[in-house]
Amino acid sequence: MDLTTVTGHRRATGRADLALTPGETYLAGGTWLFSEPQPGLTGLVDLGSLGWAPLEELSSGGVRIGATCTIAQLHAWPWPSAVADLVGQCADSLLMSFKVQHAATVGGNVCLALPAGAMIALLTALDAEAVIWTPDGGERREPVATLVRDPGLTSLTRGEVLRALEVAPAALAASYAFARIALTPYGRTSAMVIARRDARGATLTIAGSTPRPLVLEVASEAEVGAAIDTIHEWYADPHGAPDWRAAMTRRLAVETVCRVLS
Amino acid sequence: MRLNGVPVEASPAPGQCLRTWIRAQGDTSVKKGCDAGDCGACTVLLDGAPVHSCITPALRATGAEVTTAAGLGTPEELSPVQRRFVEAAGFQCGFCTPGWVVTASALAGPDGTVEVDDPERTFKGNLCRCTGYRSIRDALTGTCNTAPGAVGAEVFGTSLPAPAGPRVVCGAEPFTLDLADTDVLHMRLVRSPYAHARITAIDTTAAEAVEGVVLVLTPDDDPGVLFSTARHQSREDDPDDTLILDRVVRHIGQRVAAVVAESAAAADRAAALVAVTYEVLPSVLHPYAARLPGAPLLHGEKHDSRIADPGRNVVAQSHGEVGDVALGLRTAAHRVTGTWQTARVSHVALETHGGRAWIAEDGTLVVRTSTQVPFLVRDELAHILKRDPDTVRVLAARVGGGFGGKQEMLVEDVLALAAVRLEAHGIRRPVQLELSREEVLATTPMRHPMRVGVELGADADGVLTALKVDVLSDTGAYGNHGPGVMFHGCHESIAIYRCANKRLDAEAVYTNNVPSGAFRGYGLGQVIFAIESAMDELARKVGISPYEIRRRNVVVPGDDFVVNGPAGGDLVFGSYGLDQCLDLAEQALTSDPSPDPAVPEGWRTGEGMAVAMIATIPPRGHYSTARVTMHPDGTASVSVGTAEFGNGTATVHVQIVAEELGISPAEVRLVASDTATSAYDSGAFGSTGSVVAGMAVAQAARSLAAALEGLDGPPAEDVWAEAEHTGSPRSVAFNVHAVRVAVDPGTGEVRLLRSVQAVDAGRVINPEQLRGQVEGGVAQAIGTALQEELVLADGEVVTRVLRHYRVPQIGDVPVTEVLFADTVDTLGPRGAKSMSEAPYNPVAPAIANAIRDALGVRPHELPMSRDRIWRLTAALFPTTSEETR
Repeated sequence: MDLTTVTGHRRATGRADLALTPGETYLAGGTWLFSEPQPGLTGLVDLGSLGWAPLEELSSGGVRIGATCTIAQLHAWPWPSAVADLVGQCADSLLMSFKVQHAATVGGNVCLALPAGAMIALLTALDAEAVIWTPDGGERREPVATLVRDPGLTSLTRGEVLRALEVAPAALAASYAFARIALTPYGRTSAMVIARRDARGATLTIAGSTPRPLVLEVASEAEVGAAIDTIHEWYADPHGAPDWRAAMTRRLAVETVCRVLS
Repeated sequence: MRLNGVPVEASPAPGQCLRTWIRAQGDTSVKKGCDAGDCGACTVLLDGAPVHSCITPALRATGAEVTTAAGLGTPEELSPVQRRFVEAAGFQCGFCTPGWVVTASALAGPDGTVEVDDPERTFKGNLCRCTGYRSIRDALTGTCNTAPGAVGAEVFGTSLPAPAGPRVVCGAEPFTLDLADTDVLHMRLVRSPYAHARITAIDTTAAEAVEGVVLVLTPDDDPGVLFSTARHQSREDDPDDTLILDRVVRHIGQRVAAVVAESAAAADRAAALVAVTYEVLPSVLHPYAARLPGAPLLHGEKHDSRIADPGRNVVAQSHGEVGDVALGLRTAAHRVTGTWQTARVSHVALETHGGRAWIAEDGTLVVRTSTQVPFLVRDELAHILKRDPDTVRVLAARVGGGFGGKQEMLVEDVLALAAVRLEAHGIRRPVQLELSREEVLATTPMRHPMRVGVELGADADGVLTALKVDVLSDTGAYGNHGPGVMFHGCHESIAIYRCANKRLDAEAVYTNNVPSGAFRGYGLGQVIFAIESAMDELARKVGISPYEIRRRNVVVPGDDFVVNGPAGGDLVFGSYGLDQCLDLAEQALTSDPSPDPAVPEGWRTGEGMAVAMIATIPPRGHYSTARVTMHPDGTASVSVGTAEFGNGTATVHVQIVAEELGISPAEVRLVASDTATSAYDSGAFGSTGSVVAGMAVAQAARSLAAALEGLDGPPAEDVWAEAEHTGSPRSVAFNVHAVRVAVDPGTGEVRLLRSVQAVDAGRVINPEQLRGQVEGGVAQAIGTALQEELVLADGEVVTRVLRHYRVPQIGDVPVTEVLFADTVDTLGPRGAKSMSEAPYNPVAPAIANAIRDALGVRPHELPMSRDRIWRLTAALFPTTSEETR
């Protein structure tokens, strides 16, 4: 929709352009920003013109995902097959269709900090680290798992820019099991669980059903129940009652742990 | 950038989305269904890749090639995909169609075929509210469902494609606001944040100071005439409880002021600056509480507004009994009791409410609007603004879906007031108001939520001895359609059963919630959900099949239609096909040789069915006058006041004229839905487009044919004939829905394995179109049954965008097998009956009954969402939930 209060659109070409004036915000894909009224917003700072590489291989063997990488570009990257499956499943979990995935960005999904944000779940399961440009010209790093604090809230302060998301080689070599449920077959995620096989057992990423992504470690299927019992806050919104989401999370956790450890 | 191959110089504004930029260039094929990226109606190709133009920053398209539906083909030279949508009849209202065409074109092979592994996933970003998606699947795969080419007497009964089809698939058929924007002023509304408050002051100074603001309307500008937003043939059907701009607000989102400015952006900015001071009043949000002593009264002072009991917040009531229900229950061998609750659901016609008003050179007030009822809107505008109806013209273009939501005056009143006030200031410019999807979901009328208690008694053979129904309907802050929906909802649902002892106690009450209104089925869906669930339970107790218990109890020709008083009126059996429908549905489900889709281990399966009856025309008169003219060039035109909103009457009326005059449908031109070009028509509601307007058209065409008899070739000058139909007497139509479901007790997921609907529509005018109406009604009902719900918190709608309000996507709607009973109605056009609301009504109870069959426990609440069904099973199968611990 038209953002009727916006009067400026600056195309950023370097870090110097990223300082926000009052009323400005960053524009990545725009697919969320233009989907809701944005009262008080007067200017857009376009990150698309920074020319960030969508994806790069790191010398460590890991992968660096540019924050402005689109979901479609992420999907098209030659990931190891276990990770490719997971990326596809997470992309499919988004309510948005393939059309929106041409424009929506990975960084935008992370910064929205929605419980149903499938990129948040994906990157949490991949142990990804967020690279953040700070307004003073510096850089800080934080795991995606803690970057997302609450629905709609991240640790980013005004003027901080999510630059990239880095996935380490170990995560690329791991195996994963994925499961999700929504109120309708292709609906917005109500609960999502990704299990990663580790040396000590499985690491679970819980999303959708909790206000923020949670990471739980279990040695075996037998420990899943106790691990889920440690969760005391279940998310409530029109996409499923909290008691159901809790039960579904438990169920999906058992299912994914069994699959990944089998 | 380049738009459909043509370089365009105009540069987009910051904050502008690509959709409005394209439309500003004059390409109106790009539609606004949600303006939020959810519905896909605005899909365009950006350098060949499909994107939703409403969430694409226009500046991002700089230098790109933009292709819209208008650039893919023309009505004269359709692209292969466009041709397939026409041939498959892959649209009804057609508002979503350009978006489908563009999306499909991005994926199609050279011949237009779309071969994708998973169409459900691929097309989840394209919503259609009319078709139920089967015909769209056919368009994607290249199935032809239509039969053009028939002439004269062969036309009736064939699947003639919609005459507007080639224009619709190119986005070239103009909807309400597909007009040039030159000189147009834009309106934005200021809305109440409170559920109940009195406005003590409004300061418009800051708003008026915004550059480009032309007019600000406040309650000071209200003409002071009480009315109802609901429109009926008789304006006295609804209570006069509404003002255009009231000093008291009775629900969150009620209009408080209206700002008119040179641009929508300026109006937006100014609307935010209107300073309103409120005195907050106590509110009542729960219908149970609304009638209690001491409850805040919403319209307590309105004793002359036709409100049943303003002192108790009761807008309408019906209390009465025939026979002796207590005796019937006492002597019953089997009894069933239960209480059912339905949810708030929204029509989600893809075209939001909107219109444009201006004063014409001759002083006529003209309102072009997305309405089902142009004449009723005209008459009420004349009433409110104290004008002669001859000085008011209301017209509708093709309407982008209605479902009852546009039998309501939601923008026309304030637009007309603005046009009149502007003229008083010497400004004769059009003013436009287009509601956002959020405004529609959060502030416009929705289906009445109802609590329905049912008590049944039957003898040992399952023959009813007592039928007792108790209904509480929440009409919200205003009584628009409150009485009509309550009375209609309780009529055919109860009258379908023959029982000597019946009692109905029904009340519709005011609350400080968003108003309810007219919605497909008009209350029947809610009450039928309860009664048909109770009947299913009764069959179980008696030990006979659900089909059999209906056969033993439904009315048959010769019976009266009785609710809770003496029978009477003009409702008759013009034909009767319920017996056939019961047989057809039962046979289709039980003797079906095709295997069900595989059911995962641990799931339970069950079958269920329900019946529904509906009057073919609303009571107390429904009028239409049609004129059919034969021109010297051998073509004919038909002028009729009813509107086309996806219901297919534009096709039907052409078919009727072609058949009567013995000419090709291509030679018939329809002029419709304009108070200036046709005689009076009550409008397109109550399923009347075919059976009232169609009858008038048929009679006019027949008279014209008689007048032309003996002529060798076309007349030397125009020859015309006119006919009127008054909507009486009325017949009845029937629907039986049957489903087989699988339910996962572990998650609450319900899957429809088979879905069958048998319909008694009399003689079928256009088989493909009828099938489409049934499928569309079933799909809308599946949404109501399983997934749709407007969630309110403290009187405020929380589900304000389509990604939170779950309209069925293509993957949510299974194919429904549609079967036709073989009947010929004595009242309808050439034996036809209406069939547009009716298919909705029996679906939710059929699914509920199947879930009951599968699980052994009965759902009582809509929607039967996964979380609700899981709760039912969690109580029932504790081991199942234990397994996951």
